[in-house]
Amino acid sequence: MSVQKLSLAKAVNESLRKALETDPKVVVMGEDVGKLGGVFRVTDGLQKDFGEERVIDTPLAESGIVGTAIGLALRGYRPVVEIQFDGFVFPAYDQIVTQLAKMHARSLGTVKMPVVIRIPYGGGIGAVEHHSESPEALFAHVAGLKIVSPSNASDAYWMMQQAIQTDDPVIFFEPKRRYWDRADVDTEAIPGPLHGAKVVREGTDLTLAAYGPMVKVCVEAAAAAAEEGKSLEVVDLRSMSPIDFDTLQASVERTRRLVVVHEAPVFYGSGAEIAARITERCFYHLEAPVLRVGGFHSPYPPARVEDEYLPGLDRVLDSVDRSLAY
Amino acid sequence: MTVESTTARKPRSGEPAKTAKGGQQGKSTRASGQRKAAASAKGAKATKGRAAKAGAVAVADEHPEDDLVQLLSPEGERIARPDYDDYVADLTPDTLRGLYRDMVLTRRFDGEATSLQRQGELGLWASLLGQEAAQIGSGRALDDDDYVFPTYREHGVAWCRGIDPVNLLGMFRGVNNGGWDPNSNNFHLYTIVIGSQTLHATGYAMGVAKDGAGSAVVAYFGDGATSQGDVAEAFTFSAVYNAPVVFFCQNNQWAISEPTERQTRVPLYQRARGYGFPGVRVDGNDVLACLAVTRAALEHARSGEGPMMVEAFTYRMGAHTTSDDPTKYRSDDEREAWAAKDPILRLRRYLEREGHADDAFFAALEQESETLGQHVRDTVRAMPDPDPMAIFDNVYADGSSQVDEERKAFAAYQASFDDGADAPAQGGE
Repeated sequence: MSVQKLSLAKAVNESLRKALETDPKVVVMGEDVGKLGGVFRVTDGLQKDFGEERVIDTPLAESGIVGTAIGLALRGYRPVVEIQFDGFVFPAYDQIVTQLAKMHARSLGTVKMPVVIRIPYGGGIGAVEHHSESPEALFAHVAGLKIVSPSNASDAYWMMQQAIQTDDPVIFFEPKRRYWDRADVDTEAIPGPLHGAKVVREGTDLTLAAYGPMVKVCVEAAAAAAEEGKSLEVVDLRSMSPIDFDTLQASVERTRRLVVVHEAPVFYGSGAEIAARITERCFYHLEAPVLRVGGFHSPYPPARVEDEYLPGLDRVLDSVDRSLAY
Repeated sequence: MTVESTTARKPRSGEPAKTAKGGQQGKSTRASGQRKAAASAKGAKATKGRAAKAGAVAVADEHPEDDLVQLLSPEGERIARPDYDDYVADLTPDTLRGLYRDMVLTRRFDGEATSLQRQGELGLWASLLGQEAAQIGSGRALDDDDYVFPTYREHGVAWCRGIDPVNLLGMFRGVNNGGWDPNSNNFHLYTIVIGSQTLHATGYAMGVAKDGAGSAVVAYFGDGATSQGDVAEAFTFSAVYNAPVVFFCQNNQWAISEPTERQTRVPLYQRARGYGFPGVRVDGNDVLACLAVTRAALEHARSGEGPMMVEAFTYRMGAHTTSDDPTKYRSDDEREAWAAKDPILRLRRYLEREGHADDAFFAALEQESETLGQHVRDTVRAMPDPDPMAIFDNVYADGSSQVDEERKAFAAYQASFDDGADAPAQGGE
């Protein structure tokens, strides 16, 4: 039976298990990933089954985790490292940006960097400071990195398989508030390309583009809009670098309107890049400017007001209304 | 639709777009305090004898010579060190002459590179002048299957690993950001961000241990790098995982304008003890001592005893780089004092004292040195600029639609300058 109903967290776990089983060069490393199985239990049971040499509890030092992963990759390993929370990645930012991203180019193509960096990201779980951020644009701006984020358990399973097989560094943003959402995962399916977007709901009046945790919000917004007689299409981008603009362009050419939704601050966010590119590609098709819904230009707020900061159904529909009013 | 004419165009600037070469402005410098005063202000009293073994921790570094492993005096006399003599017992007159040759040719190459920068052929050069013994001594201690992670100044180590010295100049000329396959000589790319490579070395060594291989890894870094968090993390990771890595610190006394006193209150080699592995300080201008100590450290690593730190106590005789002006922050007296400890002169005195080298050897080496200089000059001047389209090469191993799109647009833009071209301009769909 290859179809199982799995939570997103369990789907990542199963995917890591599969990779550890099939490729002896795969190692999992990070803080508390071993005996504890990670603070979200994503690596639960892996050290027990694959040993401390394959599933490595590291010192509490993010730069060290990524820096040694680079060294392991140079030695022929395929490290999958966990950064415990989004807001803790910055000690490793230097290694990621100055070393990991550039190594292949600096070596004139002779060295490959098959390193996956898993980062649970985003808000909505009532966490304390530094545990709810969405820093994907800070990485998407860097050439040499690939940035992906699954929105559901099935994609989480398959995108992790594909990320580990990629010979480039992949930052794998896991939507932590969706960790417990369950969906059917067919472990024998043939997945689409890692960086391909998917139309997850068809519509004719407007396209909502999102990734990771916001896909669910957009699908719910589309359902609510349908009750008002509006037909919204939802595109799950899945990859922020590169972005599958062809799929998005085809959607916008049909619907003629686009609203981009992400948790990250709108200012200099991935929505800005998408808006610019789609405006250039679809200029004569658009009936309204591309609008964006996302976080504010503020520190991530205390948990008691995060629901105001995070795009929810109403804020998405408000932008839908603004777009349709043009 | 296109936004610009498809007929051939001339660049608006009137000249082909080209990055200006050379002439990097020097980093701002500031005068340091009196080094001796800073040290003695703490009322420090250096411990006699080998402090690491005695367990004493000096507060400052007033008498660094007390801690040095030295096998050759500055006058070229062989000093007995029962704990390290065995590590150089195999040296023959031939191998001793080889070490001398390595240092002379490395210095010659380095001098040529400095001249080439002055002539505008290189944008920048980081000279290793004065550090030849530290680099040749440690570099010649390595086995072929050991792996080296250098900074950007390890020209002597590169020489020992068999890298064509001209390959080192590509990044300084501005034609590449690396220029060699790290795996063909087990010599990683030069790393400019200070201390980053110590973590790569540690991770690589963790992999060596996982593989059950009997080799070792050497991470080179400087006194300034010891202040970097990455170096501290490399010490931690290597100790925790017992990784077979040697941390070879060339303490050349200056991190651009900042003296070692701005980096540490204790002798650097003593840092190792806090992480749970041994550290030793060696006379970095003594090629025999550097060879012996590095061999011992590699043996330690290969035998499964984990990391070890070597602090090679030496001196950066030149500027930090060709953009630097050391007269702003250090005295001529200091430089002259170190010139008297010159690593090449020291070995020459020993060779002559022992009768291991004659005039014919030195004359032949001078001739070889001239030939190398000519090779370096000719090859660098003939080094072509890269094809602009190579900007898009190797950004990703598995490709990226983003790079593909930009490559295509830029190629079309370039083609639009060709006479009679009928190519779409940039921005065309």
